[in-house]
Amino acid sequence: MHEYSIVQALVTQVEEQVQRHQARAVHAVWVQIGELSGVEVSLLETAYDLFREDTVCARAPLRVETVSATWECRTCGATRASAARENPSSVARGRRRNGGSRPAPSARLGAEGPLRCDLCSGEVRLARGDEIVLARLELEVA
Amino acid sequence: MCDSCGCGDSKIVPVEVQERVLAANDRQAAHNRAHFRERGVLTVNLMGSPGAGKTAVLESLSRHLNGSRKLGALAGDLATENDARRLQAAGIPSLAITTGSACHLDADMVHEALHELAWQDVDLLFVENVGNLVCPAVYDLGQDCNVVALAVTEGLDKPIKYPVMFKGADLVLLTKTDLLPHLSGVSLAEYEDSLKRVMPHFEAIPVCATTGQGLDRFAAWLEARRAATPRTTPAHAHHHHHAHGH
Repeated sequence: MHEYSIVQALVTQVEEQVQRHQARAVHAVWVQIGELSGVEVSLLETAYDLFREDTVCARAPLRVETVSATWECRTCGATRASAARENPSSVARGRRRNGGSRPAPSARLGAEGPLRCDLCSGEVRLARGDEIVLARLELEVA
Repeated sequence: MCDSCGCGDSKIVPVEVQERVLAANDRQAAHNRAHFRERGVLTVNLMGSPGAGKTAVLESLSRHLNGSRKLGALAGDLATENDARRLQAAGIPSLAITTGSACHLDADMVHEALHELAWQDVDLLFVENVGNLVCPAVYDLGQDCNVVALAVTEGLDKPIKYPVMFKGADLVLLTKTDLLPHLSGVSLAEYEDSLKRVMPHFEAIPVCATTGQGLDRFAAWLEARRAATPRTTPAHAHHHHHAHGH
């Protein structure tokens, strides 16, 4: 699965940051994964555990911040979270709990009828929710 | 540095990065896109399940266009060069990209392939991605648009099962329409409803590669897309960091 190639890119990115900051070690890696990014978080975590050995990330836990999808109306600017029932108005940002399961994005996205603005039926665009971002690192520096 | 008593001179600091993990792929994709724009080539990332009819649609398009447009193709697969051979036989200069184990194409693979295909003078370049509704949606190749082939035999719930793929589609081709009479409880209207739930900008064309039905609309859609795509002049060209020039 492509999560392996994403982890390889991530580790390379972390190595670049280590060089840039002349860090001695990496203590944590924080990533943001949007629910509509196409990346499955549990697979990413498994791939990370496999690939981090013998790299700068060897002793750095991966912290994943999931980002819920937010659709923004191109006409009136109203925003709509895909998890409309859980978060009526705002972006939901949550840390994925180990062992917990969250509803598949498709179940929420598809269940609510045509993907248009609730207020004016205008076309929407995805404002948040497709991120695959290295957000921050905890680096040990001199 | 002293670790044992804590008087050591190293410290742990948070460093904000805020960079896309696939930034390197994105840069290569931008490079590809710049090449295409300079030459006025419309590049299409054609995706869909294995067996959805991607190759068949291209063969049919070639017949429909009948030489009025120059086509080119890169065909990605884990193994075999079958698709490239079929496309070549259909009159489309094609090159196979054999990925081995990768379930998707990426910008580097496309870039490498561009060295071996005479793409510069084509009007329409199709990148036929690996048959897969999951992974290809994640990787920018430098294409102008994403076209997803969805066969009417695949099931009405496929769009909501694969929202990332379908939300990123500029156009969905509903293929194998000639089989509709054999499928109970399935209609084009229902496929369209299903797609509207996950496509922010819904556009779908029913097609049948064997009869050619719908290919005129697909060809017209591609023409409109070409007309709307800016062609950049060499003065705006990107910086080359290759050892070889092209």
